[in-house]
Amino acid sequence: MNEFNQNNIEQKPTRDGFGEGLLIAAEENPDVVVLSADVAKSTRCDKFAEKFPERFFQIGIAEQNLAGVAAGFGVSGKIPFISAYAIFSPGRNWEQIRTTIAYNDSNVKIAGHHSGLLTGYDGATHQILEDIALMRVLPNMKVIAPCDAIEAKKATIAAAKIWGPIYIRLAREKTPVFTSEDTPFIPGKAEIFWQSKKPQVAIIGCGPILYNALLAAKELEKEKIGTIVLNNHTIKPMDEKKIIEVAKKYKAIVAVEEHSIFGGLGSAIAEILAKNCPTPMEFVGTKDAFGESGEPKALMEKYGLGVKDIMAAVKKVLRRT
Amino acid sequence: MTEILNENKLKFLEETSNQLRQDVIEMIIETGSGHPAGALGMADIFSAFYFHILNHDPKNPNWPDRDRLVLSNGHICPIQYAALARAGYFPIEELKTLRKIGSRLQGHPFRKALVGAETSSGPLGEGLSQAIGIALSGRLDKKRYQTYCIMSDGEQDCGNIWEAAMLAGKYRLNNLTAVIDRNNIQSDGFTEEIMPLEPLRDKYESFNWHVLEIDGHNIEAIIDAVNEAKAIYEKPTMIIAHTIPGKGVDFMEFDFRWHAMAPNKEQAKKALEELRTLGGKIKSEHE
Repeated sequence: MNEFNQNNIEQKPTRDGFGEGLLIAAEENPDVVVLSADVAKSTRCDKFAEKFPERFFQIGIAEQNLAGVAAGFGVSGKIPFISAYAIFSPGRNWEQIRTTIAYNDSNVKIAGHHSGLLTGYDGATHQILEDIALMRVLPNMKVIAPCDAIEAKKATIAAAKIWGPIYIRLAREKTPVFTSEDTPFIPGKAEIFWQSKKPQVAIIGCGPILYNALLAAKELEKEKIGTIVLNNHTIKPMDEKKIIEVAKKYKAIVAVEEHSIFGGLGSAIAEILAKNCPTPMEFVGTKDAFGESGEPKALMEKYGLGVKDIMAAVKKVLRRT
Repeated sequence: MTEILNENKLKFLEETSNQLRQDVIEMIIETGSGHPAGALGMADIFSAFYFHILNHDPKNPNWPDRDRLVLSNGHICPIQYAALARAGYFPIEELKTLRKIGSRLQGHPFRKALVGAETSSGPLGEGLSQAIGIALSGRLDKKRYQTYCIMSDGEQDCGNIWEAAMLAGKYRLNNLTAVIDRNNIQSDGFTEEIMPLEPLRDKYESFNWHVLEIDGHNIEAIIDAVNEAKAIYEKPTMIIAHTIPGKGVDFMEFDFRWHAMAPNKEQAKKALEELRTLGGKIKSEHE
């Protein structure tokens, strides 16, 4: 596979990986149940519903109830996945998630679909850029943002096996599939996806935007700027050890996420660095702004999440070292 | 299995209600904060549930086949804590730790800390959803346990309740029975002034529930209603229990100001005396 051949690389949304993972998890464990908020097809639980109709529950457009009902399943020995658009779950039902899932420590898996600017034409009302922040502040909650469909499949299977509340962040738009079945994926462990011969900056990202980080790394290499790219798919619990290690080694960090720069992956990294080894840092993410309707990739460019923006951030942070 | 309700048992349940009311006053006075009105009003219902209706084992609180009682309006938890302690879930002396640092008896129930609390609650409108998840789980596992959800009337303002009510009707959850404490008060005043709920019975009937209305202080009526609910095959049942807020303490009855106000020492003494003498009808064994 040539990850950098943009014309040949397979394109697939992370939600597809979720749907595939759900089927595998359901076959592995009869306690897996799925609850949908009238978005079974678009959040890829329709195949699960066909195959396991008695384990599928259609809740309707009622995300507050969705969270509470799942919490009830979770305290009764089931492994409920709630599948809805992230803007409504955890966007609309945050307090229900806090009380009935997180505080109860109920074994619920929250699949937050259609996250970020990649939601595209539906516009700002549906492009949640705050969900990582909303979920990572909750005690007992784990947060995973897979970078492609294969990683999303692995994260979904893993979530069914890990005890406790987990949030999985997913996207609507097709994005490059640049990992393989063999790429390591261990929740809570960040993986180096790119390493130049002489790295000067560590780019740390999560979600499909990580592909832009890889493209940026390759372009920077041509300009003789060495980087590493770290796939930090698990935002909570963070792989603190790895973050501190790369910060000490490369002395400059760029955080990359398709999320607000407030409260997301970049903030989580900054919290670790401020305490352990203050390091110059730049943040690639949306900047205190809502999105808008448009072609997803064009939106990424407009809101400063493109390859050029990551390259610029790397150059900027280098000037501070 | 449920025992027969004979005269002796009925007398025992009524005495237990009175004991639970005394426990509530003693707990609230100990920390000086809590919600007395709803807790006192629900004493007869909690006595009926924990000492007659529920198929449970306080020494084996996680018994998989136990009936589940989900308390949605967590703020009346002193009455649940008193019932749990008197039923043998934890030592009665522990009731004095209500709302104190390090206590299992949080200001609102915390499932992870307290055996016998099926869910954590406090934020209103969330219990029915969780009870539905528990009931659906039981159905999926072909368990025979019943799921009960106790709610307040005030929390019927919450949209979440009606999302849940619709879902319970959709799945014809005959293993789910909910009880609304229809005491007509909430924080800011009378329910029909804050946000009118009537016709409440019609609302639930139109959501495909079987609805019963009872006197929430008549223990026989409470038990009969639950038995009828268990016999209804096609629908979840809602028991609208008409209660008197502050029941048993003359100066608290019908007064919404006691929703979230603790009595002072003098008032508590008066309240306990009234409960211990059944309003002056008998002599108190306490000084």
